[in-house]
Amino acid sequence: MTLSELVPGEMGIVKEFTDLEMSIKLMEMGCLPGEQVTVARVAPLGDPIAINVSGYQLSLRKFEASTIILQ
Amino acid sequence: MKTDLRVALVGNPNTGKSTLFNTLTGLNQKIGNFPGVTVDKKSGFCTLPDGRTAEIIDLPGTYSLYPKSQDESIVFSILADRSNPLAPDLVIVIIDATNLKRNLLLYTQVADLKIPVILALNMTDLSDKAGIVIDINLFSKKLGVPVVPVSARNVKGIDKLKTAISFANKIALQQESIDVEAIAPQLIAKISGELKLDNPYYALQLAHQHETIKFITPAQSDRIEEIEKEFSFHSQKAQATETIARYNFINDLLYDTVKVPVTAKEETYSNKIDRVLTHRVFGLIIFFAILLFMFQSIFSWSAYPMELIADLFVWVQNQLHGVLLSGPLTGLFVDGVIGGLSGVMVFIPQIAILFAFISILEDTGYMSRVTFMMDKLMRKVGLNGKSVVPLIGGFACAVPSIMSTRTIENWKDRMITIMVTPLVTCSARLPIYVLLISLVVPKGNVWWLFNMQGLALTGMYVFSLISAIVVAFVFKLILKGRERGYFIMELPVYRMPRWKNVGYSMYERVKAFVFQAGKVIIAISVILWVLASYGPGDRFISIEKKYEQPQFTKNLNHDQINRAMNSEKLENSYAGMLGHVIEPAIRPLGFDWKVGIALITSFAAREVFVGTMATIYSVEGSAEKMESVQQKMKTAVNPKTGLPVFSLAVAFSLMMFYAFAMQCASTVAVVYRETKNWRWPAIQFAYMTVLAYTASFIAFHLLK
Repeated sequence: MTLSELVPGEMGIVKEFTDLEMSIKLMEMGCLPGEQVTVARVAPLGDPIAINVSGYQLSLRKFEASTIILQ
Repeated sequence: MKTDLRVALVGNPNTGKSTLFNTLTGLNQKIGNFPGVTVDKKSGFCTLPDGRTAEIIDLPGTYSLYPKSQDESIVFSILADRSNPLAPDLVIVIIDATNLKRNLLLYTQVADLKIPVILALNMTDLSDKAGIVIDINLFSKKLGVPVVPVSARNVKGIDKLKTAISFANKIALQQESIDVEAIAPQLIAKISGELKLDNPYYALQLAHQHETIKFITPAQSDRIEEIEKEFSFHSQKAQATETIARYNFINDLLYDTVKVPVTAKEETYSNKIDRVLTHRVFGLIIFFAILLFMFQSIFSWSAYPMELIADLFVWVQNQLHGVLLSGPLTGLFVDGVIGGLSGVMVFIPQIAILFAFISILEDTGYMSRVTFMMDKLMRKVGLNGKSVVPLIGGFACAVPSIMSTRTIENWKDRMITIMVTPLVTCSARLPIYVLLISLVVPKGNVWWLFNMQGLALTGMYVFSLISAIVVAFVFKLILKGRERGYFIMELPVYRMPRWKNVGYSMYERVKAFVFQAGKVIIAISVILWVLASYGPGDRFISIEKKYEQPQFTKNLNHDQINRAMNSEKLENSYAGMLGHVIEPAIRPLGFDWKVGIALITSFAAREVFVGTMATIYSVEGSAEKMESVQQKMKTAVNPKTGLPVFSLAVAFSLMMFYAFAMQCASTVAVVYRETKNWRWPAIQFAYMTVLAYTASFIAFHLLK
């Protein structure tokens, strides 16, 4: 299951990434394996999404969220 | 000013870094460039409790020392390169106490470079409110650095921070955060040995960044590349390992020192606002309502101060004309220089109001929501959610907007944004539109509600946005993308705007505008004045002789003779000749040689158009007031046809021309500066001029 499959309000725990380049950017922003992520909302046009991670809110595109595999 | 200590300010975006900088330095600051790159360098001075003076340098906000943009790469260069003349004696890392985990990543990286560090724990008022309890003493002890809780916004803890700066150690005493050598032991040892480095993290960073940093020699860079091959160093994997190790360290640190309640209060409060402001339907409606309000305010609030400034200049000119002896030098100074200056100064209210709005939108955190909402739409036309900020800023001025595209990490998205931003109706086009619309569009209302002139003006703004989007789409099809785009971006919590910061940003922008545009406009008005006042050979003398003949002096009064003589002089001046040279090219657009002169002079800057028209049409030497220019242009009659020069067709043709043409030397210069290649400004100039000519031609022939 990937992060892009969650709907607002649902949460998961990051397990691993499918894309090394993207994973570096995500991890620097505090989104790394073992972290709990919650989908906060979806943009009015359906993409990107906003997630709560490491105590703050991060926005990312659905495609980017699909590279994050949850436990 | 002499400094005893150089202090660099480092931190994540949205941590209140610029507020802290403003609080430490007050108005005692200046903006310059970092040597060799076009990144704004803000520095200022701060007097310490012991009487010494510290120079504070505000480095660009970044999440990590691994740069994602040119602005961010300066941070590593300044901190790591000890031979850099700006290398700091001390670094203040400012971190947001409500968001410790992510903020500490940058701290651990900076600390490992072994420069003396002070940790400024900002927003402690908000973390207290959210119920976050931080054991500052233990925190400080574990890291081995002074930790100073501050609230930059409420000016709390600033004295303690200043004391900490004055007591700071000359050598770095911080604890190791992670075992850097373990990431790539042989590589680090070899690079350290060959380049004689004493810091393993610096050696590791060189391995990552040697291709882009400027302070090592090409030979050193090549050698590092060889060493990397020898130990099959994989930059991305090493970076991933390092980041995970750093977060492990941070989690251990926070486990003992910080107690966070299960749900942070502020989070939910910000979420509540977001539920409305990024709502599926209301979100977009509110966004457009805010834009509408912004433009309404720019026009309505600036009207009175603009009139005041214009009147003031007319008064000064009249006074000077009364005091100074009339002659060519007085004419040059009073009509050329002061007249030109008034053309710049009347824009100050608009620019100030627009930048106040933009800085409020950014400061509150709303701008990143706009980016969030518009990303999908913008991506369809080859742009990026982050392109919204420069495009909105383009309504003020393309120059700072093009500089703000640096936040767009993707090369193609950024180039397209740069290429289309100058199409957006900037404030310099406003006086041209206002002048022309007031000439040809009647004042009446439509359906009692909408002012026709206002509608025409709004139409020009909407038209500019549509053309920017269409052109962006065309560029999307032409340009080849080099890399993938990202949209991994922090959505900061909503905060009240800091009015001091808004004030500073207005002050800075207006100052930059007055000095940069002012120089160009003064130069152009002086040149234009000389070109319009002198002609080749003895043409002027023979014109004067002609009007002394009895056929004129008997039939016409003094005023009429002067007017006729002056307009014949203008036609025979250098400027007039120039206008006649390009007249054949612009006649299909409905323009005569007088407009031709204005087109040439306004290549420097669009706003010069009105000033040029004023100079050309006020050959009798009356005031350069908009009203009077307008009156003169309205009564101007084509001597051949007997019809008004500025018909509906000509006015709209001119507006179309200014809507598209790249009539701005500063934008050309900034595009070159940002792209480092003459090709981009050349392409932009060419496509915009072609579009301008075509649109103008179509408008003229449709309305004729």
